[in-house]
Amino acid sequence: MIKYVAGLLLGIALGVLVAAALLYFNPLAARNPLSPLSVSKNNILSLGYSGVPTDSIVYTNNGESRVQPHPEKVRELWEAPIRRSEVLLTVLTDSRNNPAGIGIKFSSESERTRLINGEALVDSAWHIHLVERGSLFVEQTENYWNFLRKIVLPAYWSSANHWKGVWNGNMTVGPGALGTAAVTGGTGEFAGLVSEAVEAINASAYSVAQGPVAMEGRLIIDVTGNVELTSRDVAER
Amino acid sequence: MLKTLIFGFLVGIVGTVAAAYYVPVVDQYRESSVISVSPNGGNTELFHINIPTDRIMIGAPKQAEPLPPGLQWPVEERFDGVRVELFKVRNAREIVIGVASRMVADSDQIEDSVEWAFHIPARGTFYAVMPAQPADGVRRVGALRAGTREFRPMQGVVSERWVPNTDDDDVDAPDGHIEIVTSFVGTFSDDITESALAEGAL
Repeated sequence: MIKYVAGLLLGIALGVLVAAALLYFNPLAARNPLSPLSVSKNNILSLGYSGVPTDSIVYTNNGESRVQPHPEKVRELWEAPIRRSEVLLTVLTDSRNNPAGIGIKFSSESERTRLINGEALVDSAWHIHLVERGSLFVEQTENYWNFLRKIVLPAYWSSANHWKGVWNGNMTVGPGALGTAAVTGGTGEFAGLVSEAVEAINASAYSVAQGPVAMEGRLIIDVTGNVELTSRDVAER
Repeated sequence: MLKTLIFGFLVGIVGTVAAAYYVPVVDQYRESSVISVSPNGGNTELFHINIPTDRIMIGAPKQAEPLPPGLQWPVEERFDGVRVELFKVRNAREIVIGVASRMVADSDQIEDSVEWAFHIPARGTFYAVMPAQPADGVRRVGALRAGTREFRPMQGVVSERWVPNTDDDDVDAPDGHIEIVTSFVGTFSDDITESALAEGAL
């Protein structure tokens, strides 16, 4: 009797391991398709930021994550309705790395996350003000599955608890049908704008203890039809 | 023995796949919404922000005591006209349900305005723009410009008002609170996406 129970448990354990491996190595979930905006001929506004929390003006979360809030004494989001959320407030730069404005990113883990589909979804929104130009609101769903698979888990498996390499990925997967974010203009030259955007990440170092060590994000925003690009924007393109 | 092992193996695979499909990985905590229906006014909801206890940060140039301590606001002169605040947001029952940003820009290039973005994790995010000057000297009233998830099919107005605390007896009471009142009504049109319907926004 005992050997049958042991066999059953061993079989279940093997089955769980095989299923977990299938989910992890699922090639259908590893897609990182080309952003439709990267091949667009439309007027594109490109805004960069550092993905390292200590480079931000303010970063806060529930205080229990490995990525610590910055500055140290900022209020944490510990209350139950917001404890699975984080807020990043950072300087946004143009393509030449000159400060262009301020961006606030609200992010919350999404209840639509389904690991079986290769989806680790985050609902996020950017509230952006570009100095002397105007403001924008960007709404998106991001998929962190590839980021977790290619960077975070390898960092945990590394004996040094560290990952180094080069990883580029588009994080935006919706709500647009082509995997784009929804952009709404607020004030200034962006007033009335209804458009699309894509957020991409370029990571080169990640630490289990600190989170992102070298990582840059970029928001690519289609401003066609609303905004005449400045000579600087044209030169940057 | 071999049959038992194979049976267990299949149970393990099916069980893991079923769990990955059916068990929610994320379950956001929800507070019941406190919404009232106004005659011909849509759904009205009251939010408030206690000052200073719910203020997470003030981003403004040359602050003697920055909040939070250690905050480094950009030193470039062009950021002098931008003021950004982050808050925790409470519902009518005084329970924190979200976070919000308030942005004010003073510039010769664009019209002065006050912008709010409210992020309520279990419900969605909405973005409103108000004129810089209060309409009646007390309350700013602006338009909902964009919303996500529950707020996606909505249109309406958002108002902001500062309410000072008048209770002198309670030394621990906040200085006052910012009162935000939203009045939204759903738009029944082709603009309502299938995803909004699937999310139960209606």
